[in-house]
Amino acid sequence: MKPIIQVKDLIFEYTRTDAETGEKTVNRAVDNVTFDIAKGSFVAVIGQNGSGKSTLAKCLNGLLLPTSGEVHVSGMRTSDDEHIWDVRSKVGMVFQNPDNQIVSSIIEDDVAFGPENLGIEPAEIRRRVDEALREVGMYDQRKKGPHQLSGGQKQRIAIAGAIAMRPECIVFDEPTAMLDPKGRNMVLYIIKKLNREGITTILITHFMEEAAQAERIIVMQQGRIFSDSTPHELFSDRERIRAAGLELPPAVDLRERVTALGCEIPADIVTADDLIDFITKQPAAAAAE
Amino acid sequence: MDDVSFEIPDGTFVGIIGHTGSGKSTLLQHLNGLLKPTEGKVYIDDVCITDPGVRMVDIRRRVGLVFQYPEYQLFEETVAKDVAFGPRNLGLSEEEIDRRVRGAMALVGLDYEALHDRSPFDLSGGQKRRVAIAGVIAMHPQVLILDEPTAGLDPAAHQDILDMIERVQREENIIIIYVSHNMADIARLSDRVLVMDHAKLVLEGTPAEVFGHRDYLHSIGLSVPPVMDIMSQLHEQDGRIDGGKMTPDEAAQEIARYLQQKR
Repeated sequence: MKPIIQVKDLIFEYTRTDAETGEKTVNRAVDNVTFDIAKGSFVAVIGQNGSGKSTLAKCLNGLLLPTSGEVHVSGMRTSDDEHIWDVRSKVGMVFQNPDNQIVSSIIEDDVAFGPENLGIEPAEIRRRVDEALREVGMYDQRKKGPHQLSGGQKQRIAIAGAIAMRPECIVFDEPTAMLDPKGRNMVLYIIKKLNREGITTILITHFMEEAAQAERIIVMQQGRIFSDSTPHELFSDRERIRAAGLELPPAVDLRERVTALGCEIPADIVTADDLIDFITKQPAAAAAE
Repeated sequence: MDDVSFEIPDGTFVGIIGHTGSGKSTLLQHLNGLLKPTEGKVYIDDVCITDPGVRMVDIRRRVGLVFQYPEYQLFEETVAKDVAFGPRNLGLSEEEIDRRVRGAMALVGLDYEALHDRSPFDLSGGQKRRVAIAGVIAMHPQVLILDEPTAGLDPAAHQDILDMIERVQREENIIIIYVSHNMADIARLSDRVLVMDHAKLVLEGTPAEVFGHRDYLHSIGLSVPPVMDIMSQLHEQDGRIDGGKMTPDEAAQEIARYLQQKR
């Protein structure tokens, strides 16, 4: 599949100038990273706090521009001024804190904010807003104010705002970190649904069970790519998990414990749903192996 | 808050769960005097902290509240000054303040010699959070309230904070009230679990008792720990699997038993 995003030799440095001495300190947050994201794929990015995940995410739609190296979105370089709006409308972003992303006092106005800024005609905006709100299951609440919503519902509005831009890709930066269980489940459900409908999905998360549902997991460590593999490869390598300061998803941990008791469960089972399916539906296959 | 009553015995670890807006934060703010009840009373020991005559500083001395994302409330130039801020407001001597700062930093796992002079803003996310928690522990509260202390942390930092909280409880033997959306953490840490919904206390018990009500918890926007969730779903698909196993070890044994039997 053709890549929608190409990252080549990307370096990003934050430079801080001391107010008193004028001394500059340079912190290299992303350190020589190269990878492609295939169109339509679902990629999780995990790693410790400070490993460069969020900086990397902001480089993907031109919110941050490379110190050196290049990021291309559908062939357009993010650092070319003439492309920046095209890049941002192709790659949407959803951040951790829903309260920081909602700007209007009425939900549907908030969802319309992005398309309005693109100068789209009102009837088309109306169509896009309604469609986006239906997509996240918030159409019935469109006249409400953000203060009347739960954290999970606000996050769904932030997603609707991104969808209304008709992006080809959405980068989710820890979208469930502040949500209660129901909010988390709903937001993850929507993310997976959007991916099935063809939107390329990049999910930054600290929750291993969320990462396990992706097709591919990139592990960041100290600004570099530490590992880039399928969930199955990553989570069957305890040493790699430990070295990256990560943990096993609950389903994988349980699978390994059962296997250690002499009942082999195949290592490509990494999600709870697959584990449940295997145990209840295919135990005979395990016995045969 | 709608007609809420409960008691917490000394040395108990209490987990509080509830969906966003269920009233958890409002409850916490009543426990440390930030909010005054419209009706009803709050006692810490035999002191009624909701009496009009009680001074805020006396409540703060007894009940320490660590808010969500407490690292955003750090403000001093150095780590030691930030941790000392609370004790200093209690009017303690410099020696006592210093002793408490060192003690609190040790308890949360921060190296005093290496870090006391550093700016808190130069530390990692997990370290910043520990500085903020040390600042509350340095007040020597009888009740320590932690609101989502692991939110947004990576797995290793998350684990560090949990270990730290267990150590604080073991060594200080105080009441800890712990609010979290992470059901696995609540199950691991808590002696008692309180469940809030629509401003009411709707369920109370041991983790096993509370998380036994899976369908009810789902109906109020909550869930059960991942292992219990897997076991319940297995039980639903095949009644021969005991869905009540809580720990990963028990669950693995039950699954192995079931698979072997099925062969």
